[in-house]
Amino acid sequence: MSHTIAGVATRSPETLTMASALNAAIRDAMTDDPTVVLFGEDVGPLGGVFRVTDGLYAEFGETRVSDSPLAESGIVGTAIGMAMYGMRPVVEMQFDAFSYPAFQQIVSHVAKMRNRTRGKIALPIVIRIPYAGDIGGVEHHSDSSEAYWTSTPGLTVVSPSNPADAYSMLREAIASDDPVIFMEPKSRYWTKAELTLPVTTAPMASAVILREGTDVTLLAYGPTVKTALATAELATAEGLSIEVIDLRSLSPFDDATVSASLRKTSRVAVIHEAAQFGGYGAEVAARLTERNFFYLAAPILRITGFDIPYPSPKLEEYFLPTPDRILAAISRWEWS
Amino acid sequence: MSLNVESTRIPTVLAPPPLRLIDDAGHPVDESQTGGFTLPDTATLLSLYRRMVIARRFDVQVTALTRQGRLATYPSALGQEACEIAAVSALDSGDWLFPTYRDSIALLTRGVKPADILASFRGDWHSGYDYYEHRIAPQATPLATQALHAVGLATAAKLKRDSTVALTLLGDGATSEGDAHEAFNFAAVWQAPVVFLVQNNQFAISVPLDKQMACRTIADKAIGYGMPGYFVDGNDVAAMFAVTSAAVDAARAGKGPTLIEGLTYRIEAHTNSDDPSRYRNAADVDVWRGRDPIERLEKFLLSEGALSEAERASIAQEAEDTAAATRECMTVQAVVDPLELFEHVYANPRPALAEQRAALAAELAEDSATTAASTVTTDSTATTANTETDARA
Ligand SMILES: Cc1ncc(C[n+]2csc(CCOP(=O)(O)OP(=O)(O)O)c2C)c(N)n1
Repeated sequence: MSHTIAGVATRSPETLTMASALNAAIRDAMTDDPTVVLFGEDVGPLGGVFRVTDGLYAEFGETRVSDSPLAESGIVGTAIGMAMYGMRPVVEMQFDAFSYPAFQQIVSHVAKMRNRTRGKIALPIVIRIPYAGDIGGVEHHSDSSEAYWTSTPGLTVVSPSNPADAYSMLREAIASDDPVIFMEPKSRYWTKAELTLPVTTAPMASAVILREGTDVTLLAYGPTVKTALATAELATAEGLSIEVIDLRSLSPFDDATVSASLRKTSRVAVIHEAAQFGGYGAEVAARLTERNFFYLAAPILRITGFDIPYPSPKLEEYFLPTPDRILAAISRWEWS
Repeated sequence: MSLNVESTRIPTVLAPPPLRLIDDAGHPVDESQTGGFTLPDTATLLSLYRRMVIARRFDVQVTALTRQGRLATYPSALGQEACEIAAVSALDSGDWLFPTYRDSIALLTRGVKPADILASFRGDWHSGYDYYEHRIAPQATPLATQALHAVGLATAAKLKRDSTVALTLLGDGATSEGDAHEAFNFAAVWQAPVVFLVQNNQFAISVPLDKQMACRTIADKAIGYGMPGYFVDGNDVAAMFAVTSAAVDAARAGKGPTLIEGLTYRIEAHTNSDDPSRYRNAADVDVWRGRDPIERLEKFLLSEGALSEAERASIAQEAEDTAAATRECMTVQAVVDPLELFEHVYANPRPALAEQRAALAAELAEDSATTAASTVTTDSTATTANTETDARA
């Protein structure tokens, strides 16, 4: 699907945060396609609690952008009916942990409708979830819920880590006929980049090598990409060459890009904020091992949050994976 | 003249008598008692009668198939025909219906073929009809979830300035679910053209209504959301049709949603795996058998001279034909293709699923090779199927 729209070519480079890139993506999608509608809690005149939908209500009016009642199952459930009637709803779950009331609608209906109806009903819905921590949020405002969604067949689950991807991936998500869980790392909302919109980065389903290296592959996504890049930077001082891959898409998983990197470096670590046990990193490690066992020089490591509920703000620095913790973990591998 | 609510589980002191146009004995109710609703004309009543008789015969037939072990499960709607038929009959062909697992006879009445209705109960696929042709959503199993879909669809229609109305069916137990409340509230706030029709059959599997809720009627809840609510005799198809049609008309006219409660009774078990003797007594069931919605309308039509013997016989014949078609469709084995498992998960094919599909295809090829090796004569159909499998792997 083409993202070009009249007038866009005249845009000049601008400094955008990830939040404003997301905002532009929704605006451009709504301008291109009159069936795109946006609703959720406080997304109207306020522009969302993170201002991702800033100005859209004023621009598109109440029929296209609306504040819904405060009910997440209701937001997703009504989006399903709208999609059945030819619309492309983009809905916002205000914070990660508040998507749980909508779990039933997402898992039982959004994910399964195409399958239940033998392909006859498509649900082109985007569910935006601001997720993860590192912003000093109070309880229930810092969860990483990706494993719930990635273990649900029928969903596409993606997470951008920078403004350019945020724009490009959200455009692609809105244009997709598959429902997409679009996970926005809250701590990266204010990350800036100089961009000329519209920007098209790698296809949404592909992982991207952000930094080449020969000794270790670090796999990160969303909030931990920045952490992985910082780790690679630090490691050069120690003479260690680290390759950093931004997974971007958690489901589907880009086996080709990641396996190729593994076969080059033979050492892989996965970094995420979510708890380790039964987490997304476990899937990645198992999957890569099954496919590349004889290319591995060491077991695949997971550097993650602890297996505890997300801690309160004064303790989160002890919880989050840091470059030091990542370097310490990989230094414990046997290096021959 | 009022319904004997003594034997129902509705709190008797507080509950008002439900609205009705024809009483248990088949007599018209005095117009001063009908809240402004009037009896539908004779042609409409005859059509409702015909639809109920056919639906009943289908329901009885499918229950029998379940007892014979030829179907895995079937939630019967016996005794609830007035609610089901009113729901479908109040809609225009452009309107949408959002049914539950129990509402198969509503599907039948809206023109879905028995084989397609039974696809899910036979285990062929989760759901099996053309949703856009019939304008019926897949039958929902997670309770009350479909009510939100109805509100969403109705809202989309309103945004597009279409005159489409969505009607959703819910059980009494389902009204305790959060999704029911969210749907009522969304619909009222958004003034969605949607009608909620709750079939209060007084049980949620084994749980009676007084353990489900503490208020006097489900219809009363409408007040709290800011929409009209009607408590209707769910065994009086005339009243159910009059009220539901009025609600559909109001929705179409931009007047927002309506909540309708039809007070009825589930005569059969919840499904074939349920033992109702553990939670209700036979005497209660008998009382409700005596309030049969079909017999009631039949008495009325006969006493009005509106139903001839010839007409009755022809309707009975149509019902028999439907039952025969239903039995017939069971003899045709659905063709299930294991490789179709991977076909409807994503719009955009995934490499990982292609790998799993190829693995299953290889397994199947090996299986049939083994089978072929152990058979003396070559089965040409098996060979064909095999070739197709290989071609797609
Ligand atoms: C969310 C959810 N919880 C539990 C169930 C299991 N269940 C299936 S039917 C049923 C009772 C429903 O009762 P009611 O809404 O009154 O409808 P009825 O079956 O009587 O028509 C239950 C508990 C379910 N289908 N969905």
